[in-house]
Amino acid sequence: MTPGRLWAVARRLLGMALTLLATSFLVFSSLYLAPGDPASFLVRGRSASPQELAAIRHQYGFDDPFPVRYWHWLDGVLHGDFGRSYLFHQSVGEVLWSRLPATLLLVGVSTLLIAVVGIGVGIVGALRRGTRTGSAVLLLVTVGAAVPSFVAAIVLRSVLGVRLGWFPTIGNGTGVLDRLHHVVLPAIALSVTFMALVTRVTRSAMLDELRREHVEVALSRGLPRRTVIRRHVLRNALGPIVTVCGLLVSGMLVSTAIVETAFGMSGIGSLLVQSVDELDFQVVQAIVLLVVAAFVVVNTLVDLVYPLIDPRVRAAGGAR
Amino acid sequence: MPPLEMPLLEYDGLRVELPGTARPILDGVTLSVAAGEAVALVGESGSGKSVTARAALGLLPSGARTGGQVRVDGTDLVGADAARLRAVRTGVASMIFQDPRAGINPVRRVGDFLTESLRLVGGRTRAEAEARALELLTAVGLPDPARHLRQYPHQLSGGMLQRVMIAGALTADPQLLLCDEPTTALDVTTQAEIMAVLGQLQRDRGLGLLLITHDLDLAAATCDRIYVMYAGRIVETGTAADLLAIPRHPYTAGLLGSSPPLEGTPGRLTPIPGAPLSLAEAASGCAFFARCRFAQPGRCDLTPPVLTSPVLTPPVPTLPVPAPAAPTLVACHRADELIEENR
Ligand SMILES: Nc1ncnc2c1ncn2[C@@H]1O[C@H](COP(=O)(O)OP(=O)(O)O)[C@@H](O)[C@H]1O
Ligand SMILES: [Mg+2]
Repeated sequence: MTPGRLWAVARRLLGMALTLLATSFLVFSSLYLAPGDPASFLVRGRSASPQELAAIRHQYGFDDPFPVRYWHWLDGVLHGDFGRSYLFHQSVGEVLWSRLPATLLLVGVSTLLIAVVGIGVGIVGALRRGTRTGSAVLLLVTVGAAVPSFVAAIVLRSVLGVRLGWFPTIGNGTGVLDRLHHVVLPAIALSVTFMALVTRVTRSAMLDELRREHVEVALSRGLPRRTVIRRHVLRNALGPIVTVCGLLVSGMLVSTAIVETAFGMSGIGSLLVQSVDELDFQVVQAIVLLVVAAFVVVNTLVDLVYPLIDPRVRAAGGAR
Repeated sequence: MPPLEMPLLEYDGLRVELPGTARPILDGVTLSVAAGEAVALVGESGSGKSVTARAALGLLPSGARTGGQVRVDGTDLVGADAARLRAVRTGVASMIFQDPRAGINPVRRVGDFLTESLRLVGGRTRAEAEARALELLTAVGLPDPARHLRQYPHQLSGGMLQRVMIAGALTADPQLLLCDEPTTALDVTTQAEIMAVLGQLQRDRGLGLLLITHDLDLAAATCDRIYVMYAGRIVETGTAADLLAIPRHPYTAGLLGSSPPLEGTPGRLTPIPGAPLSLAEAASGCAFFARCRFAQPGRCDLTPPVLTSPVLTPPVPTLPVPAPAAPTLVACHRADELIEENR
C-alpha cells in the first residue's frame, strides 16, 4: 500500500469513529429527553414514596447532570457495559448476547439470498434482455420491490407455513437444521424488496457494461462469451452492485423488527419492539447504537473495498 | 479460382441492413486484401467503414440482415458458428480499435489485457504469457514494458495505450491486421509514431493490413491500394498512386480537396458541401447526388452507378499501372466525362 492509500484508509476509519461518537451522543440525549421517568417505571406495580424514588434515582445515577450521565454511559459502552435492563433484570450485554445469534442467522441468510438470488437474477435479466425471460425478470423486480416485508411475512406464513405446512411459523427452533428451517420464511420476507433492488441494480449495471467497447474488443480477440461476461462485464459491474448490497445489508437490522415480530422469533429486532414498548431505555439505547454501528461499519468496509474494485478510484485518493 | 490467388481477406457483395432504416449500412461491398498487402478503406464518418472492418471478425450489428460473403483465409464469416469465428479471431485476424481508452478494460491491468487471450485461449501459462507480452511491448516500442504490465490503463498516455492495443492485437500472431482509425483519438505527433510502428510491423511480419481512415493522404502514404467508401458502397478503388493522381469519382476528389496534404504548404481547403447520407435517407440513384457539383438530374438520380472500369483511361506516362494487379474501378455515371475536370 502506498502512503497515500494508507492515509486515505486512516481518514476513512477516523471518520467512522467520529460518526459513531456523534451517534452515541444523539442516541443518549434523545432518550434522556424522552418523556417518562425511568425511576417510576422501575417501581411499577409497587407503591413508592418520593424518598424511595429519589433513592432509586440516585442509585441509577438519574439525578446526575447530563454530561456526567453521558460520560458514564459512554465509558461503560466502550468497556462493553451497556447498563442494566429494567425489564429482564440482567445486564444489557447479556440480553443482547442471548438474542444476537438468531438475528445474525436471519441477517446472514437474507444477505446470502440477496447476493445469490438478487445478483443471479439480475445477470439473467441483463443477458436475456428482450426475451420472455428478460421480461419475466422485469416483472419480478417491479412486483418484488413493491412488497413490504410485513405483507410478505403474512403471505409466506399463511401459505407455505400454515396451509402447506412446509415451514414452521413461529419461534427460533433448536439445533442447527431446525434453526435454519425456522429462518427460511423470515429471511425471504426480509429480503424480498432488497433482492428486487439488487436485481435491478445488477441488471442495469450489466447492461451498461455490455455496451462498452472493451467488451467488443475482448470478443474480437476470440475470448469465449462466457469468459468475457465474467471477466469484463460482471467484473466491471461490481462497483454499483457491491455499493447497493452494502447499503441494504447494513440497514437490514432495522427491518428485522417487523419480520421477527411477525414470525414470533426472539432476536434483536423483536427485542427492540419489546423494549420500546416497555420503556427499557438502556436496551433501546444499546440496540439503536448497534443498528447505527452496523450501518456505519459495513458502509466503511464497502468504501475501503471499492478501490480494489475500481482502480481509477485509487488514483483519486480513495475518495469517491 | 486457383488457391494460390486466394486473398487473405475477401468481401464479396457484403450487404448489412438494419430493420427500420431506409438504406443498408453496407450495400454490396466487394474488397480484397492479399497476404502481406496493405490496403486502405477511406470515407467520411458514418460511411460504413467500421461496420466493414468488424465484419472481418464476424462482429456484425445485432439484428442486422446480411447478404454476401466475408471470407477470411477462405472461411466465410457471414453466418459462421462460434467455433469458426473464434478460430479466425484467435489465429488469423486481429483488430486495432480507434480509441484505446474505450477499448481496454479500465479496471484490469495492462498485463491482464495482453495475457488473457494467451492464457485463456492459447493455453499458455502465466509466465509464458507474460514473457510474450514483454516481447510484444518491446516490439511496439514501449519503454520499460515490465513496469507497464503492472499498471492500469489510466496510468498510461493515449499513445502508450494505443501501443498496448497494437501489442494486444499481435498476441494472436495474426496474418491480417484490421486497423479502425488507429490514430484518430491521438494527438498529431503520436499519430505519426503509431503509423510508423504499424508500417514497420506490417513490413517486418508480412501482415495483410486493412487500414481504415478518413484521411486519403495518410492512406496513400501507408497503403498499396485504396478503396473509397460512401454511404455503404465502394465508389472508387485503385492503386494509391493512381487514386491520388487522378481521382475519378467526384467524392474522391472532394476528399482530397478537403484534407491538408501531409507535406508541403496546405493549399486552399474546400470541404465537401452538405452532409453524408444518413441511414434514414435512401437514394434512388447515386448516393452522392445531393452533394455532387457534377450531378445531372435525370441521369445521376435514376439508377445507382455500378463499379466499373472507366472507358477512357487517360494516359499517365509517369505512373504505369500494372493492369491486372489493381485496375481502377469507379462508380459514377459521369466518370468518363469528368476525368479531365476532376484533376
Ligand atoms: N451496431 C449498430 N447499430 C445500429 N447502427 C449502426 C451500428 N453500427 C453502425 N451503425 C450505423 O451504420 C453507419 C455506419 O457506421 P460506421 O461503420 O461506424 O461508420 P464509419 O466507421 O465509417 O464512421 C452509421 O450510420 C452508424 O450509425
Ligand atoms: Mg468508424
